[in-house]
Amino acid sequence: MAEVRAEMVANVWKVVAAEGESVTDGDTLVILESMKMEIPVLAEDAGTITRLAVAEGDVVQEGDLIAVIE
Amino acid sequence: MFACVLVANRGEIARRVIRTARKMGIRAVAVYSEADADLPYVAEADEAVLIGPPAPVSSYLDIAAILAAAATTGAQAVHPGYGFLAENPDFAAAVLAAGLTWVGPSPDSMTQMGDKINARNLMEQAGVPVSPGTHEPVADLTTALAAAEQIGYPVMIKASAGGGGIGMTAAADPEQLAAGFETARTRAERFFGNPAILLERYVERARHVEVQILGLPDGRVLALGERDCSVQRRHQKVAEETPSPGVSPHLRARMLDAAVQAGEAVAYLGAGTVECLVDVTAQDFTFLEMNTRLQVEHPVTELVTGIDLVEQQFLIAAGEPISFNPADLASRGHAIELRVYAEDSKRFLPSPGLIEEWSEPVGPGIRVDSGYKAGNRVTPYYDPLLAKLCVHGADRAQALDRAAAAVAAFNISGLKTNLQFHAELLESAEFRSGDYDTSLVSRLRP
Repeated sequence: MAEVRAEMVANVWKVVAAEGESVTDGDTLVILESMKMEIPVLAEDAGTITRLAVAEGDVVQEGDLIAVIE
Repeated sequence: MFACVLVANRGEIARRVIRTARKMGIRAVAVYSEADADLPYVAEADEAVLIGPPAPVSSYLDIAAILAAAATTGAQAVHPGYGFLAENPDFAAAVLAAGLTWVGPSPDSMTQMGDKINARNLMEQAGVPVSPGTHEPVADLTTALAAAEQIGYPVMIKASAGGGGIGMTAAADPEQLAAGFETARTRAERFFGNPAILLERYVERARHVEVQILGLPDGRVLALGERDCSVQRRHQKVAEETPSPGVSPHLRARMLDAAVQAGEAVAYLGAGTVECLVDVTAQDFTFLEMNTRLQVEHPVTELVTGIDLVEQQFLIAAGEPISFNPADLASRGHAIELRVYAEDSKRFLPSPGLIEEWSEPVGPGIRVDSGYKAGNRVTPYYDPLLAKLCVHGADRAQALDRAAAAVAAFNISGLKTNLQFHAELLESAEFRSGDYDTSLVSRLRP
């Protein structure tokens, strides 16, 4: 199981992936926006997304859970 | 001269404009969002008005809220700084319609230059060199592919309404163009509300050099030297210097002449910047775009010329003579600006947070334009610029030494900054040699 967490305070601009989807290493899960910059959050492992913890428009803090891949 | 000016901006540039206003005896009004109440510029203004919640669209981009603040405070003029509404001709027109003085060029010049395709075409007609590119918006991929064949690869894909490097991508072949085109369109629509795309020849070994101009009420346009802005990450500037170490005296003279021509072509009034791309190998240049406002990196020009550009903006807007004689215009020594961003030094990822310690370097030739102090929170709503660390030296070598010492003496804790990157930049053989191009940062951070 791999947890994907936010690296910084940001707004969730786009949720690209969905729960139940299978992903490979490097796939974009969500796109965050902070300080006028888009920051794609990528899967670091292959597997199935069992949990997607954010929705578009959410504000995430550093360390907040974004997704779980199993 | 007007007695009171509203500064429609935030952070370091609001503070910098307020400083000159106060020096000239003009009352300065600040506007701020809920996120910025504790910033130094709010405290330093003669009066400050809360204009809305943190999101820019509800505060610094809210024309009605800003004009209401001007009305209640009795402001007679509006200075827009850079970014936000600074290049929005509708805002300038609304300021004028409210009976206020707009500290900037006419809404007409802004409209003509705001659209990059239109600006390119206009400059071509005025005899200013432009790079091969499209003359009208590229609507779809088929048109883009056909246009790129004509221009020749590699091409640069750009948002016509764009700025700040957002949505720009280079494409080396049709496959990369196909991949980049839709992304560029989506971003252009999202960030600038206009999906129009422009294709231009991409120059591999290029420097980004711009000329500061000043349009006077009598129709004359002055060129106040160039700034080299080739140190960029994600097509956004990180450090600037003047004079450019990559421009020969002959090329400089040609660029300054072209910039004057560009300004005259749109009857430009006030401070503006003509951005050019310099082909290092060919020692030739082409027009990129014109910024109809004060530029972030204007301090390096002020350091070598001794001229306060904001003061000239105020004088020109009020219809008064500028403070210096154009015949005495001279450049003295060398100046460097380092943009201190709230971002990590390795990957340049944003790092909002609480500033625990903040201590600026002081000393001969050092100027710091900052937007924050200890105890301030840097929020994710705005750009990551914390401060501009500027140094002036008798020559480039002295400026480099002073810059390195100033970076080491700048202490910011509580959040990540790119100060470490600047220390490495100043030590790098390529930057020190002066012989660098816009790919420098990607070579330092492969």
